Amino acid sequence: MKALFFILIFVVIATAFWQFFKLLGLTKKDQVATEKENNINGWLMLGLGVFIYGLMLVSMFKGKTVLLPKLSASLEGEHIDNLFIITMTLIFVVQFITQFLIYFFTFKYRGIKGRKATFYADSHKLEMWWTVTPTVVLSVLIIYGLWTWNNVQDLSDAENPLIIEVYAKQFQWEARYAGNDNQLGVGHVRYIKGINTMGVDMTDKNAADDVPVRELHLPKGRKVIFKFRSQDVMHSAYMPHFRAQINVVPGMTTSFGFTPSVTTTEMRLNEDTVEKFTAINELRNEEGKEAVEFDYLLLCNKICGSSHYNMQMKVVVEEEADFNNWLSQQKTLAQVIK
Amino acid sequence: MSDHHHKETFMTKFVFSQDHKMIAKQYLITGMFMGVIGVFMSMLFRLQLAYPDTSFTIIEAFLGKGGEGGIMTPDMYMGLVTIHGTIMVFFVLTAGLSGTFSNLLIPLQIGARDMASGFLNMISYWLFFLSSLIMFLSIFVHTGMASAGWTIYPPLSALPQAMSGSGLGMTLWLVSMAIFIASSLLGSLNYIVTILNLRTVGMKMTRLPLTIWAFLITAIIGVVSFPVLLSAALLLIFDRSFGTSFYLSDIFIQGEVLHYKGGSPILFEHLFWFLGHPEVYIILLPALGITSEVISTNSRKPIFGYRAMIGSIMAIAFLSTIVWGHHMFVTGMNPFLGSVFTFTTLLIAIPSAVKAFNYITTLWKGNLQLNPAMLFSIGMVSTFITGGLTGLILGDSALDINVHDTMFVVAHFHLVMGISALFGMFAGVYHWFPKMYGKMMSKDMGYLHFWITAISAYGVFFPMHFIGLAGLPRRYYSNSAFPIFDDLLHINKVITVFAIIGGLAQLIFLANFFFSIKKGQKAVQNPWKGNSLEWTTPVEHIHGNWPGEIPEVHRWAYDYSKIDDNGDLWEGKDFTPQTVPIRNGEEEF
Repeated sequence: MKALFFILIFVVIATAFWQFFKLLGLTKKDQVATEKENNINGWLMLGLGVFIYGLMLVSMFKGKTVLLPKLSASLEGEHIDNLFIITMTLIFVVQFITQFLIYFFTFKYRGIKGRKATFYADSHKLEMWWTVTPTVVLSVLIIYGLWTWNNVQDLSDAENPLIIEVYAKQFQWEARYAGNDNQLGVGHVRYIKGINTMGVDMTDKNAADDVPVRELHLPKGRKVIFKFRSQDVMHSAYMPHFRAQINVVPGMTTSFGFTPSVTTTEMRLNEDTVEKFTAINELRNEEGKEAVEFDYLLLCNKICGSSHYNMQMKVVVEEEADFNNWLSQQKTLAQVIK
Repeated sequence: MSDHHHKETFMTKFVFSQDHKMIAKQYLITGMFMGVIGVFMSMLFRLQLAYPDTSFTIIEAFLGKGGEGGIMTPDMYMGLVTIHGTIMVFFVLTAGLSGTFSNLLIPLQIGARDMASGFLNMISYWLFFLSSLIMFLSIFVHTGMASAGWTIYPPLSALPQAMSGSGLGMTLWLVSMAIFIASSLLGSLNYIVTILNLRTVGMKMTRLPLTIWAFLITAIIGVVSFPVLLSAALLLIFDRSFGTSFYLSDIFIQGEVLHYKGGSPILFEHLFWFLGHPEVYIILLPALGITSEVISTNSRKPIFGYRAMIGSIMAIAFLSTIVWGHHMFVTGMNPFLGSVFTFTTLLIAIPSAVKAFNYITTLWKGNLQLNPAMLFSIGMVSTFITGGLTGLILGDSALDINVHDTMFVVAHFHLVMGISALFGMFAGVYHWFPKMYGKMMSKDMGYLHFWITAISAYGVFFPMHFIGLAGLPRRYYSNSAFPIFDDLLHINKVITVFAIIGGLAQLIFLANFFFSIKKGQKAVQNPWKGNSLEWTTPVEHIHGNWPGEIPEVHRWAYDYSKIDDNGDLWEGKDFTPQTVPIRNGEEEF
């Protein structure tokens, strides 16, 4: 019933609008734009152009602090960042020019009685220019983009990569290191039982030394190849600081790889991170929440159910020695599952 | 036409009408009704995003047990997002936009008495009505509306165990969409046949207004791609109800291993996006067609590069059917395929750029009549460029990796196809309202509507890019689970304020629309001094459109401000309707 009440309010507001305009006598007059209205709206359009410019500039300067740290946490991510900066620069240049033209022309050529519009219907030369220019620019972008894509996706030339399985389910991440043999034991949903939550086939000889964990640790400077499996619905493994994302699809294994290049400690000292987290902690302080420190994260980025918004795993990047030390302290599958 | 004297009853005139003008109005009103629901939903979930822990009476009032205590549940949030997307994409911007204006303008602008098949046209509308009704009812089922996102990827959408919205809500969603597709196909076939066969004498393809070109190409891509979605939906129905394994394999959920073997969710994605991407252009092209017409008429100038515009529409349409994989760069499909789709996707920027520059050149040295329709059209060009440019990032597989499925995508597509198409639709309504109802809409309310809407649209979607670049995924009920997103709350509040203002501003439009039907100023035959044929029909609707013979066409639709050899306007007028024969000494363009 309350809903009806709200609907009634909306209807009343709408009616009030019409009555208001009617009262001012605005619904009776000629409903085609006059010279005066062309003038007013021409100026307002110029104003809208200025508003859009303002929004762009404010977003660029104010929005900068909320962005991810500029420093990519993986070697491969640096290529992506370069391509991103080039593309973004191009976008801003084109955006500034075209929006200027739109709103400036609208303002400049706002209708005046007696002005003759110029009959100008075609120009092969102009059409040629704005076909060829985008083609050339896009060719460069496409070629650079494809080079980057192949570079990031190609996992074949990695020397002695670290193999990790990342396992997704509603609404939790788990992971499994391949252990001393660097080979993962076979996994399938039919092996899921009790403590064997990832469904590893314990009769597989590669399985015993696998190391199950609930927090990812990665060594700096060594290529990591992730194998992803899901047990129920689609998820997506998103590690924004590493410029890494791949979907996790039930029934198949997907993979992604990168070389971590900045340890968690180093990233905490990064000036972008410091700035961002100072701001965050100020906000948290106002709300009476405890301060937080930067950590790399693995997020779920494919809608997967009610708690999709809270499906995460902490990722730690550390020096290789620290990493090896940490890994050796973890229990193997054989120790966990008797 | 022997049958335009037969007696009409209320039922044949207003309900089961076979007249294209009435059907157009039916589409528009149904689309607007669905649009109100879609926009209202977005306002509710925007409240949730900006004020996650605050209790709102309005949320409790409308969402019932999904909003107990005034705070919506995660399931409800996802349901709202899903149905908002579905309604806006299919029911408002496909049927509401293309259905309305294709029906209204095709016979009127090509010089035909009606659609090729008035009966099929009526069936098409009533199927759309039925599917709207089912979609509307599906919101209220007790297990919740479909909530797997408007892309309904299985297994989430296939398994009621995975989320409660995947029960009856999802079944109704699929049924509704299947009917919708049937409606859309009937409509499209009718449009194609009508345009190709029923053009009046002299209406060569190269003299067609760009609106008609846009509707024709739209209908063709609809016919090519909608059946694929139908097959995707049918296979999903099989998986859900009959135990097949097209999309499902190796699933363990709620403590048991399901029997599904050998299917792949990726197959669904391929089928879905084979429609899903062309769908973007099914939405956008009619809007671009409308703006071409409105900008040219109100600039008092021919549209610049008519043939290039047609070429671009065709190029966009062709490319749109071979780029679907860019929605799937991170699904784990073969990287080589990713390369191919990056290549084809970025190529779309070329015809799009041509169109954008042609619009801008049309404005140049015009004598712009800034009617509300014109403002919306110019706004459309602006948002089309702003939104389109970020496509360079999303279409590039390497860059997509880090922004895929984030709020950046949401910002991108809302500007480039959501807002742009909506602006095109508004432009169409303001421009052709006199043709639909014989009345004028209030211009001043139109201005107010435009100014609030344009500023809100930018205010909502421009800052949203930055939230995405900060790494925030889309479809998150709340970002409070991640301290790293705490600083985004301010931006979210700004966005929500703009969204609510923009949403409420649509009340101005609705008031203007409905009151003007009854109380608006009476329209003259050709209020905007347009050239195309619809302005030669009488203000009062009649069956068969023209009382006498159908007029003959002698020129294209864009002879605005054409001058003779002395540099004077022909006959002192800045427009020459298509029905005027080529004069002595005049060259046809």
